[in-house]
Amino acid sequence: MSEVSMVVNGRKVSGSVEDRTLLVHFLRDNLGLTGTHVGCDTSQCGSCVIHVDGKAVKACTMLAAQASGSTITTIEGLADGASLHVVQEAFKEHHGLQCGFCTPGMIMAAVDMINRHPGGLDEATVRAELDGNICRCTGYHNIVKAILAASKKIKSSSARKKKAA
Amino acid sequence: MYEVTYHRASSVSEAVKLAKAGEDSKFLAGGMTLIPAMKTRLAAPSDVVDLRHVKEIRGIKVSGKKVTIGAGTTHADVAGNAKLVRVCPAICKLASSIGDPHVRHMGTIGGSIANNDPAADYPAAMLALDATIITNKRAISAARFFKGLFETTLKDGEIIKEVQFTAPAKCGYAKFPNPASRYAMTGVFVAKGKEVRVAVTGAGDDGVFRAKALEKALERKFDASALDGVSVSASNMMSDIHASAEYRANLVVVMAKRAVAAANA
Repeated sequence: MSEVSMVVNGRKVSGSVEDRTLLVHFLRDNLGLTGTHVGCDTSQCGSCVIHVDGKAVKACTMLAAQASGSTITTIEGLADGASLHVVQEAFKEHHGLQCGFCTPGMIMAAVDMINRHPGGLDEATVRAELDGNICRCTGYHNIVKAILAASKKIKSSSARKKKAA
Repeated sequence: MYEVTYHRASSVSEAVKLAKAGEDSKFLAGGMTLIPAMKTRLAAPSDVVDLRHVKEIRGIKVSGKKVTIGAGTTHADVAGNAKLVRVCPAICKLASSIGDPHVRHMGTIGGSIANNDPAADYPAAMLALDATIITNKRAISAARFFKGLFETTLKDGEIIKEVQFTAPAKCGYAKFPNPASRYAMTGVFVAKGKEVRVAVTGAGDDGVFRAKALEKALERKFDASALDGVSVSASNMMSDIHASAEYRANLVVVMAKRAVAAANA
């Protein structure tokens, strides 16, 4: 057993887990944060994507013990109270989901992708960057549309902020 | 996953000590191969020693043409290093083609070459760049380091600290990825320094190898057209549900041409 502690969505949490416990199971079973999904057993589907120290990683391919001491954001930590994150808003607006199972991972991957491309995204880049996220409804078309729209919105609002400053 | 005991090391020497104390310990770098293998019970170490917090093995140094990459450097950091892309763009391109963005945030160059997956990308780069692999015990040339499938000359308690190479005048990498796994069905790294070196991953039935026939043709003229009509024997190629040995043999030449074109671009 290991004692693990980390900051999850701004909250300090700790717990006692078996060393073999995957981070995704710590989040879901110990913390009750079931927004992060487990879609496969093979580290391929990306429905468990979260941010560890600001970077998108697969929570099913990391031990909880490995993540001890890190700062984590899950899908539950994106919205600011009742107002959705720009990317969540864009997925709603462009119907970037069908069954919704892959959506938490898609959105976390999208936020990370947009952060890494402050100059903006094009369709080819978005599709290449979605390599690690599988949508079994094959709803990629609207997912790509939503990410492009969110990227544009974030880029223009940060440009406005820069101007104001 | 079977039960395992987790340890976190903060230095190479501590990692060696921790691993030695376990019955069947494994070093855990980014974990992008080891954790999935443990999940499916293909690997069942008694202990894992996490190297992700060992600062001394992270980072990239570029001094003139001399490149040093710490073993714990992630694929994302290799792909996005501004100094490295100026002297050896092909290795950055290679790193950016591994797995997917999430895998690249965790997976490391040291983990990749220590695992020596026959379809991994980095072994081809190491062999073509004539890299030296520096461990806590010795310096090993890439030519001696890789031994067949998933085998290297690393001994128990030996940890890769960094890899070193001199950036060649020109280099390029091209791969034909498996559409599902993104592992190379064939990947070819071409480097033109004092000599031309062509290394192939994903195709050989004994892991990464140098394609001497292609090197000879490219020594005469470093251009994709020099490989017209050159063929590679299918006898030592892998054959599986994804591609036959003959198909892979053909891919070696096609990818080599693309790699040369990229090197000359």
